[in-house]
Amino acid sequence: MRHIISVLMENEPGALSRVVGLFSQRNYNIDSLTVAPTEDQSLSRLTLTTSGDDRRIEQITKHLNKLVDVVKLVDLTEGAHIERELMLIKVKAVGAQRTEVKRATDIFRGQIVDLTNNVFSIQLTGTSDKLDAFIAALGESVVLEVARTGVSGISRGEKVLAL
Amino acid sequence: MDQLSGGEALIRALHDEGVDIIFGYPGGAVLHIYDAIFNQDKVEHILVRHEQAATHAADGYARGTGKPGVVLVTSGPGATNAITGIATAYMDSIPMVVISGQVESRMIGSDGFQETDMVGVSRPVVKHSFMVQNPADIPMVVKKAFHIATTGRPGPVVIDIPKDITDPKIKFDYEYPREIKMRSYAIPDKGHSGQIKKAVDALMTAKRPMIYTGGGVIQGNGSELLAKLVRKLGFPITNTLMGLGAYPASDQQFLGMLGMHGTYEANMAMHYCDVLLAIGVRFDDRVTNSDVTKFCPDATILHVDIDPASISKTVAADVPIVGSVTSVLKEALAQIQSSNQKVDENSLKVWWDQINQWREKDSLHVTHCEDGTIKPQQVIQTVHEITKGDAFVSSDVGQHQMFAAQYYGFDKPRRWINSGGLGTMGFGFPAAMGVQLAFPDAISVCITGEGSFQMNLQELATCMQYQLPIKIICLNNQALGMVKQWQDMQYGGRHSHSTYAESLPDFKKLAESYGHVGIKIGKVSELHSKLTEAFALKDKLVFVDVMVDPEEHVYPMAIKGGAMKDMILSKSERT
Ligand SMILES: Cc1ncc(C[n+]2csc(CCOP(=O)(O)OP(=O)(O)O)c2C)c(N)n1
Ligand SMILES: [Mg+2]
Repeated sequence: MRHIISVLMENEPGALSRVVGLFSQRNYNIDSLTVAPTEDQSLSRLTLTTSGDDRRIEQITKHLNKLVDVVKLVDLTEGAHIERELMLIKVKAVGAQRTEVKRATDIFRGQIVDLTNNVFSIQLTGTSDKLDAFIAALGESVVLEVARTGVSGISRGEKVLAL
Repeated sequence: MDQLSGGEALIRALHDEGVDIIFGYPGGAVLHIYDAIFNQDKVEHILVRHEQAATHAADGYARGTGKPGVVLVTSGPGATNAITGIATAYMDSIPMVVISGQVESRMIGSDGFQETDMVGVSRPVVKHSFMVQNPADIPMVVKKAFHIATTGRPGPVVIDIPKDITDPKIKFDYEYPREIKMRSYAIPDKGHSGQIKKAVDALMTAKRPMIYTGGGVIQGNGSELLAKLVRKLGFPITNTLMGLGAYPASDQQFLGMLGMHGTYEANMAMHYCDVLLAIGVRFDDRVTNSDVTKFCPDATILHVDIDPASISKTVAADVPIVGSVTSVLKEALAQIQSSNQKVDENSLKVWWDQINQWREKDSLHVTHCEDGTIKPQQVIQTVHEITKGDAFVSSDVGQHQMFAAQYYGFDKPRRWINSGGLGTMGFGFPAAMGVQLAFPDAISVCITGEGSFQMNLQELATCMQYQLPIKIICLNNQALGMVKQWQDMQYGGRHSHSTYAESLPDFKKLAESYGHVGIKIGKVSELHSKLTEAFALKDKLVFVDVMVDPEEHVYPMAIKGGAMKDMILSKSERT
């Protein structure tokens, strides 16, 4: 199963490489990874998606917790949560394609953030599935470039991941 | 408050941390630090002859004393030479602090002379690492490094220090922090009472109980409490290779070592037990015989460990208990004391009858040669006799290591010093130096093979410089014996690159050339007298080259892919 794990860690040099190194060292896979400082400059929040059975996920969270730089973590997929990914996508848009792409963008609630005579640059946020669906809807032949941030997430309700 | 440079502060911080000895080797990036060492006499520096040996010596010191071992090496090749020793300590959870020099801060990343990304290279084999950014950070970094290395599940910590940070011209107000708080580093302490209760209940109702303990009990100083619990319960106990000495080998309740080369009775009792109390162990594949689906099929598994990640890693625990060995054992003993539950004596008696039947197999029986050839096992037995079982015994890796583990019979913790997890040839001799320096009056024996010894023999010079009277007992089978054994058993006897009889040095002369004593033993008739002679030379390093039967194999041996009950017992017998 796919899991989204959010990690609060010390905003120190080397911290990220320890997390990434752990995954390659122990043969765990990372499907996506995103990291940035939080409102507290001394902390970074790293969110990654990975997959595996329960035993494996338990080992992953235990080993992450063992890293000295890791302060706290949560497996968001254990409870109700919100997940978002942002995608910037550059697509071919000439002639009749222009209205078609525009329509698809509207349906997916994306925004065209830049354009030329030949291309649109579109911004889209949502779950990873939604982003996948948008790419599929446009068709591979129009897609010129894709930049995705990887999944970020937060739990629903009053539960917070903080110190 | 003293004004100190980074180099001076480092050495002062080590002293303030209680360090009295460090093992190292100088080079460009650490010259400021070496100058600071020169100008003081609180911290003794031992000059080894190879950085790998510095780490093993510090490791041996740590295993023998329980205190952290400290290493100082230069950047680049000094740092990379230390990696094997760091990895060795990491696999066996040994507290160690390794200080490596680094090129100047402004040069980092430029592929400067002797630059290696030590934090990067060591990352997979350290508990944590630091790169010092400011001279004034040194006291705090040192404090944190020792705290991390020695608490929780211990392990090696690297402190990488760029040369400019130790510049004697840059001084700052030195103060050693009394305590530290790290929000990101919590140490599990007490086990959960409810979980301990569950475990105690399981033990009390067990019909065929078994206790299996490992290096964690030794590292966690839990031996005395363990003995109390085991005696109170009257249950059988086995130790892993790393755990030997945690429970006295000479005690009736001890079934010997378990695992790949464990005794018949220990492995059988493991396989057929119905409740398994596992303490400070990690269900290593050398114990479980790799196919965990066949491991202890009937057992309820109670697993105590300070590292939550060790629990249910390879074998799922029915009752996981995270906590320090001492806290958990104390609480378990208290619970047993205060409850009126009794162990199931009748079932226990039937179980012991069964175990004693297994014991009759005498799986460690040694068949002597009629032609006077020395069996390697006899050497260990004789060393045990002469040292009255009270020596510190370090070993290298191979058949000789297994013979030492099987036949020395350790009655005390921290006496058996070996690289169990990484299996590092070349470990034993430098580790014995660390032990000898920690305990100048004790007998420090290194049981080695002629293969392993050649991986760090340069330390004969260090032993001369510091007058370390180690007794090196080389079980010379003229081959990489353990490799050869596997080739005999699994590769139709094709000895691919495992023999070299024609090119072995004369070890006696080799030892003598460094100013030590060398003794060669070839016949069983002279084994006792010559070994006695060697041990009588109390202030000398003696290298005893014992020519042993090159055809000997280590038995019992687990049958690959089988359960723990599946063993080869001799060249002609299997279970
Ligand atoms: C550094 C290192 N290289 C290779 C091995 C693989 N290995 C394990 S035992 C062994 C043979 C050791 O020979 P020796 O020290 O003579 O001991 P013996 O088995 O003959 O008693 C080898 C090569 C190892 N454990 N460590
Ligand atoms: Mg050999």
